[in-house]
Formats: sequence, structure tokens, C-alpha cells
Amino acid sequence: MKTIKEINEKIKKGEVVVVTAEEVSELIEKKGLKRAAQEVDVVTTGTFGPMCSSGAYFNIGHSKPRIKLGGGVCKLNDVPAYTGLAAVDIFLGATAIPDDDPRNKVYPGEFKYGGGHVIHELLEGKNVSLEATAYGTDCYPLKKIETTINLKDLNEAVLFNIRNCYQNYNVAVNLSDKMIYTYMGALKPNLGNANYCSAGQLSQLLKDPYYKTIGVGTKIFLGGGVGFVAWHGTQHNPGVPRLENGIPKVPAGTLAVIGDLKQMKPEWLVGTSMIGYGVTMIVGIGVPIPVLNEDVIKHAAARDEEIFTQVIDYSNNYPNCVAGSLAQVSYAQLKTGKIVVQNKEIPTGNLSSYSKAREIAETLKSWIKKGDFTLSEPVANIPGAESGYAVKPLKQNPSLS
Amino acid sequence: MTSKRIVLHFPHRLVDQPIVYNLVKEFDLKFNILKAFVTPQEEGLMVLELTGKKENFDKGIEYLNSCGVKIQPLSQDVIRNEVKCMHCGVCVPICPANALTVDQESRKVIFHDKKCIACELCVRICPTRAMEVRF
Repeated sequence: MKTIKEINEKIKKGEVVVVTAEEVSELIEKKGLKRAAQEVDVVTTGTFGPMCSSGAYFNIGHSKPRIKLGGGVCKLNDVPAYTGLAAVDIFLGATAIPDDDPRNKVYPGEFKYGGGHVIHELLEGKNVSLEATAYGTDCYPLKKIETTINLKDLNEAVLFNIRNCYQNYNVAVNLSDKMIYTYMGALKPNLGNANYCSAGQLSQLLKDPYYKTIGVGTKIFLGGGVGFVAWHGTQHNPGVPRLENGIPKVPAGTLAVIGDLKQMKPEWLVGTSMIGYGVTMIVGIGVPIPVLNEDVIKHAAARDEEIFTQVIDYSNNYPNCVAGSLAQVSYAQLKTGKIVVQNKEIPTGNLSSYSKAREIAETLKSWIKKGDFTLSEPVANIPGAESGYAVKPLKQNPSLS
Repeated sequence: MTSKRIVLHFPHRLVDQPIVYNLVKEFDLKFNILKAFVTPQEEGLMVLELTGKKENFDKGIEYLNSCGVKIQPLSQDVIRNEVKCMHCGVCVPICPANALTVDQESRKVIFHDKKCIACELCVRICPTRAMEVRF
């Protein structure tokens, strides 16, 4: 019905019609599916939650005399970066923490500072200390360096997140009789609270459940700047049970994303401390969905009432890989602030900021309307629901366990 | 009746005195201890909800002052750093006093500082450490 090329023509002419993933369902109610599909060109999505498999790589430039960090040790504000690359290329992961962080020795640990915080401070324009040691070679004689780096001076600074944008996520509860501290937050004993982590009806992969428009090369809002979908994310698991509307009932697809860190903004990449768990980074992502046909807009219009997820016990079942859902709930129920599990009413909390997700979808909408952001054609699909692609557990060597 | 949540700072010399007992015995005040601890410098800190007849309440406060106990209203204790707060809402079910709620329209987290009992649970669990303690 419509092509991305045609939509881009409209963007350039200033005639494009863009709505957010929240607005689209109201519009369909008012105008009907057919007219809405004709009139609307792009639906924007947004999500703003902690995403651990995030990080950035840097080329810091060569010192005089030269140093080969590869095989050595490199720390940014005391946080270790990965050096198993060429001389001055390093990768900093969002969950990395200083060697002297007490971790969970005093339980629950506070995890005040780590890789996510370093990335945030670089974006704020702050100088970050760099301390490195190397073994020294004939061509790279320097064995030790202590300096500061600043984002603007680096050759490359690239955000590269290998798993973001989970398509649906668990609701975490605690069935045990003691408090537990998880990546889903602090969970009070005996079903004291239920934490979820998704923007629901604003979340990209819930609005394109079969990955019909989102693929490798899709241009996106990433961390306040522009980025791209690089690949499907790690643990991509498209073959899970789905509702009739195509939406997975459990965590399913994921995206790997990439973009130039230098044009991103600190307010959309935020270092995060999860008590008793560790450090991570909140990442802001918005994906535009081109309305190519009625099918696309129908999926993009799914409301919180039509999106369901599973309530999982994080005291025993999750850590021990025991399958089983305690309840299936909709995001509309979760958003009321209460759900019922095992006949008990439990208060809910979201780890993913819905108001910020809305801001991202609105920002992307305004970029497209102003003509600052055109859509890209995916260059390859990500594995779909029928592909047979699936996540596997670790195959442990029985003779070593 | 008057009911207020107050923060009491006890200097070192008063830590072993039954001051709260006297509030009950002499001034007929009801108390609910929301939090209490002795700091490493041996200053005692206690967060109390104090309830009683206005006249008795004022006399009780006067008594505390005369003993050298420093009194602060509670609302100064936990504050929200508005720049750091991401409005995710993970603090909402943790708060025992319903001082943190989500606005259904804007989906932003509202901090009702008057309801805050300064238990500091939110301070520990906030992912961006937006809830800060000020003494």
C-alpha cells in the first residue's frame, strides 16, 4: 500500500502524518482501520528502562610514545574496560564495576558507580580518568599511562548495545519469606510487591510483533541521538507462545543497536544502581514504524489491555530455572498499581519509565515531522516467529559438574 | 488534638536518658517511633509521630527544647532530586506510607513529602539515587 520511499518523500515535503503508539489506537477507533492506514504514515514508539547488555567502544588515540592496551589493563574512573582488541581500542560495559567495589560483601551492596555512570559522565562533557598498564613491546614501548579523556577528543565513541528492547518482560514477585534484591528491584517477602519492566503499548517490538518493519539497518532514536538496529539482540527468542494478536506472552525478540555516542544526550543514557544486584544503564530508544499497510497499523495499535505478560517468582523459580507462571496479567492491570496473584492483591512498580517513553515517542515524532529524520529500509530481516531460531540454555559438561 | 512527625537529635549526654518516657508520663502524649538509631558519634536520632492535646503537645516540645534536644520537622528529611528522578515508579510499592504514587494521567511519580515517614527505603532502592537524605 505504501513504501518507505514514498513516506520519505512525504517527510521531505513536510506532508508526513506521524502519531505515537499511544495515539494510534484512538485514531483507529475514530476513523476506522482502513482510513487510519491510509492517513497515517509513521507510528513512533519509545522505551526508557535499564538495559544491562549495553556498552560503548572507544578509540582513545595514540600516546607518545605508544602504548598497547591490548593484553593490558585499562580503567576509566576506576571502572575496568575490556582491552582484548588493538592498541588503543577499548570497550566499556554498562555493568562493569571498580575492582575495589565491596559488591555484596555487605549485603545488599549499594553498587554506586560503574560503566553506565562513566558513559553518562562522558556525555555530560566531564573529564574521565584513564589509568592503564601494558606489557610493552618494541613498537609500543610505554608500559603505564595516567591521563584524563574527554568525549570530544576521542577518535571514535560508539554506543553498541548487544541486547536492548526486550519484546515483553516478566513481572517479578517474591514468594519467599525474606526480602530479595534482584535486577527487577527489591522484592518484598510473601508477594509484597510486583515489579515489571516495559513501556507496554509504547514498546517497539510489542507494536511490530512479527518484525515486519523493524530489521537490520532500521534507523532509530538512540540515547537522544540517532542510531541503527545492528542485528537481532542476544537471547532473541521469537518462537515463544503468542496471543491471537501476535504479541508474545513471555519475553521474546530483542535488538542489538548501535550509534555515535558523541551525538547522544546524558538525559537519555543514565547510569543506574540496583541495590544488591549491580550497576546498569537506563537506555532511551524510539523506533519508527512505517505504516506500509493495514496489518502494520493494526499491530501498532495494540493497547495495554491487549498485551499480557507472566508473573514469575524470583526467590526460587527464576534463579533455579524452574518454569511456571503464577498469573497472566495485562499491562493495563499492571498500570492500575495493583494485581492479584494467589488471591492476594499486590502493589505494582515499573522499572521502565512510561512518562519518559512517551517523551521519546513524541520527540521522534517531532523529528520526523520537521524533516530531520527520514526512515531507512531494513537491509535484512531479524529471525521471525516461524524461523525456528530459539534461545538455548548453557550446555554444561556433565563430567565437570 | 495535634499530631506531628518530628525528627529529634539527642546530643551525646542525653543518649542514656528516658526522655520519650517523660513525654508520655508528664505530658500525656502518644508516640509512634518511625525510626531510631545512635550514630557513630553517639548522637541519637529519632523520628517520632507525636500526638496529644495542643496544650500538652506544646509543653512537650518545650520540655524537649529545655533538655537540649534539637527538633526538626520531618518533611526536610527525604527530598527528591528532580533532575535525577526518571519517574519509573519502582519506589511506589516499596513506600510503606503511600508517599510515592503514580499520576494516572502523566504517569509521573508524585512525592507527597508530608506523608513521608523518612524510613529511607526508597533512598536505597532508587535506581538513579534520586531520593536523597538531608539532615
